Amino acid sequence: MAVKFWRTASTLRARPLGRLRGVIEQDVLQRVLASAVRTGADFAEVYAEDKRSTSVALDDGRVEQVTSGRDRGAGIRVVKGDTTGFAHTADLSEAGLNAAAQAAATAASQGDGVTRTIALNRSADRVVSPVSKYPDEVRKADKVAILQCIDDTARSAGAAVVQVSAGYGDSRKHILIANTDGVLATDEQVRTLVRVMVVVDGDSGMQTGYQSAGHTMGFELFDKVDVDALARDAARQAITKLKARPAPSGALPVVIKQGSGGVLFHEACGHGLEADAIAKGASVYRGKVGQLVASPLVTLVDDGTMTGEWGAIAFDDEGHASQYNVLIENGVLTDYMWDYLRARNEGRPQSGNGRRQSYQHLPMVRMTNTYVLNGADEPDDIVRATDYGVFVAKLGGGSVDPATGDFVFGMTEAYLIEDGEITEPLREGNLIGNGPQVLSDIDLLGNDFAMGNPGTCGKDGQGVPVGDGQPTLRVKSMTIGGTAA
Amino acid sequence: MSELLAMADRVVARAKPGEQVEAYVSRDLETEVRVYEGELEHFVSAQSEGIGIRIIRDGRTGFAYAGTLDVSAIAEVLAEARDNVEFGTHDEWVGLAEPDGVDVVAQELWNESLAACAADSKIQFAKELERLTLGVDPRIRVEDSSYADVAVESAVASTTGVRRSGRENGCYVSVGTLATEGDETQSGFGFSVGRSPAEFDLAKAAREASDRATRLLGATKPVSKRVTVVLDPYVTAMFLGVISSTLNGEAVAKGRSLFKDRMDENVANPLVTLVDDPTNPLAYTATEIDGEGLAARRNVLIADGVLRSFVHNAYSARRVGTRSTGNAVRGGFKGTPGVGCMALQLQPGTRDQPALIADIDDGVLVQSVQGLHSGVNSISGDFSVGASGMLITNGAIGAPIREFTIASTLQRMLLDVAEIGNDVDWLPMQAAGVSLVIRDVTLSGA
Repeated sequence: MAVKFWRTASTLRARPLGRLRGVIEQDVLQRVLASAVRTGADFAEVYAEDKRSTSVALDDGRVEQVTSGRDRGAGIRVVKGDTTGFAHTADLSEAGLNAAAQAAATAASQGDGVTRTIALNRSADRVVSPVSKYPDEVRKADKVAILQCIDDTARSAGAAVVQVSAGYGDSRKHILIANTDGVLATDEQVRTLVRVMVVVDGDSGMQTGYQSAGHTMGFELFDKVDVDALARDAARQAITKLKARPAPSGALPVVIKQGSGGVLFHEACGHGLEADAIAKGASVYRGKVGQLVASPLVTLVDDGTMTGEWGAIAFDDEGHASQYNVLIENGVLTDYMWDYLRARNEGRPQSGNGRRQSYQHLPMVRMTNTYVLNGADEPDDIVRATDYGVFVAKLGGGSVDPATGDFVFGMTEAYLIEDGEITEPLREGNLIGNGPQVLSDIDLLGNDFAMGNPGTCGKDGQGVPVGDGQPTLRVKSMTIGGTAA
Repeated sequence: MSELLAMADRVVARAKPGEQVEAYVSRDLETEVRVYEGELEHFVSAQSEGIGIRIIRDGRTGFAYAGTLDVSAIAEVLAEARDNVEFGTHDEWVGLAEPDGVDVVAQELWNESLAACAADSKIQFAKELERLTLGVDPRIRVEDSSYADVAVESAVASTTGVRRSGRENGCYVSVGTLATEGDETQSGFGFSVGRSPAEFDLAKAAREASDRATRLLGATKPVSKRVTVVLDPYVTAMFLGVISSTLNGEAVAKGRSLFKDRMDENVANPLVTLVDDPTNPLAYTATEIDGEGLAARRNVLIADGVLRSFVHNAYSARRVGTRSTGNAVRGGFKGTPGVGCMALQLQPGTRDQPALIADIDDGVLVQSVQGLHSGVNSISGDFSVGASGMLITNGAIGAPIREFTIASTLQRMLLDVAEIGNDVDWLPMQAAGVSLVIRDVTLSGA
């Protein structure tokens, strides 16, 4: 097999700023796809993207920098049998697309010439997250002002505050997906995010507090989110931790506050329910559909249609409309998450979970917004029912080995529970558990569902925006990675 | 002259009076091959290129980038960066790096045989690694076996007189494994890195991938206690990566380093000498120049347990009244240079890992850690990670253990270093691996 490396031809350039629909004409897509499968491949796909982004960094009391970014290009995937070839280009002209298509086709196969005619059927436009204030139409000075306001508020939170850093970011991305099955879909994704980290200094050393807010929406984010409250909360977390004692070590009951612990489900089972891990036998949940895999209290959903949430999409990055997918119902595993290739192999429909970081990446099975539905318990009762344990008010990141189900996640704000009451703050640390074990150990589930902070999920070197959420809940035993006896 | 440097020069030539302008241009060519059950699963061949332009005027900074080298796009990037300057806050220390007379240590970063390697051979490396791995142990399955390479060409030029360009390439193979016995599955991985495929040791990668998974079969959760831990070289390299953020000059300048007031004090056991040396050709992260175009150089950070230096780029150095240590790091054309270590190494001791273990009555050999991003805070120093490994009892390796955490603080762990091995392993990471013995760490399990 021989593979050609391609280079960008810079002579032909598509119109700047145009929507991709106008940049790449339908007949061009049809010709490029036909050419990609001419050597006998059974599937070809064009994924084109045009993204503009702005970010602002404030640190140490100064606006360090405003950054403007532009990314535009197309990735072409060609599948023959079990082999996928992939190439991408920043050149959206027909010549540029054809060069990438040939590179991908050569990588996927070598075979006899077959002529196929591709007819594309445009999917109706679909709006999951409407936008009222496009960030590229907002003055940069207004974006900078948001951070200056955060800085002022955080610094006035107390004499212990020694440093504040804050970031703002927005992006407006147009995507277009066309494939030899006739799919033609376009979507516009607008995301806006703000975050703040506060450092405080005290007798026990330095501590940090962190808050963020991000939604699939435009600058109207700031009509919805009170940035002063965000800044005050980050400062409060840090100041509280100045009095924190070392976290316990060993296994204890853990109560996780509403909207702070969705990452637990993302790690404890979400990755293990992705069909690519299932297909290779690299998940503890393989072969468990129809079986009890969690406490009967748990109903887990992955929902790309959740308006405005960080992982919301109208179409996935393979052109499939986003869906509300029930993964676990009353503790019973109902289905996995699917992308095009894995669904095709099993002869079943996709679930709208084929996602990728950018046009430079192959799609794979990814989560969108993953959350647990409400239970019946009053959150206060959950704490009161716990004699001695840990109350986690804010979780950081986490990670999992889907093959074993062993996962960790970090607690960035936590307290001791003593005699049914939240008492002393604890220093940071990881919690560790095994997915199936922890899911079955959920013994109390609140009625106060909330979504959590925006997250980036990394898999195989690709990051995609995801959301998570849950009501307050209790795991009857988890191992706390502290240093106290 | 390189085409990219000429491109950077043309941008710099468009500086207006009173402006400092820096252009960074890069082009990557990447291949990734993945094999599964003897068949090619995917073949990715991709070229990316782009430009980042930084402009400073009156102490204010603006930046913009684009993922293309199209001439009209570059003009747009320049205009955006110029516009962004208006919104920066005046900062008296801001400024581009200025050539400092330090000579570049020449490195062999480009390998012609890798550049000429045929696609077919790349597929064969991945297939061969899968085959070898499956042959190590009947309980092993391969989740994926991959070959990847990257060739990067870059150039940086500025109005302060920086003009550098270079290119480098490298490749690796990696394999992910699953070991199954009864109902239990454990996972492992192995890899081999080289400037060219001739440097691959596929058999070693296969053996390690198999061993990592099979030795954890039957692992149980240990009881909580305080123990001495031996960190495997790979884990030590990850630990040093965390330590490096406390020695970052920007964190020091902004009051966020836990060592900010500790210069010339004892911050580690006297056994600890920590050097950052990107001029060492053994390091896979070796480089000739830093992200601002200054010569990369050797810096001693901790000598015999005493803190001797932080690492700096031009900005952080100016703020604390010193010179850049050549530690500007850049993640590509999409950002401005930050500060970071490039090729850390602990000065090795004299004994190998079995000898270190032979002296330990009650301990744990830590073979992998999880959650460095979620349970470690390099500002407060809190350290807590998930781990798996083997018990050490009376000087011998015993049963496998998993689903536990090890915890301490970064400050204490440096002081509690009891011995450093002689088994230096150059890894494709910011730091070299070596076995490291640390006393009095809290193990949290059942």
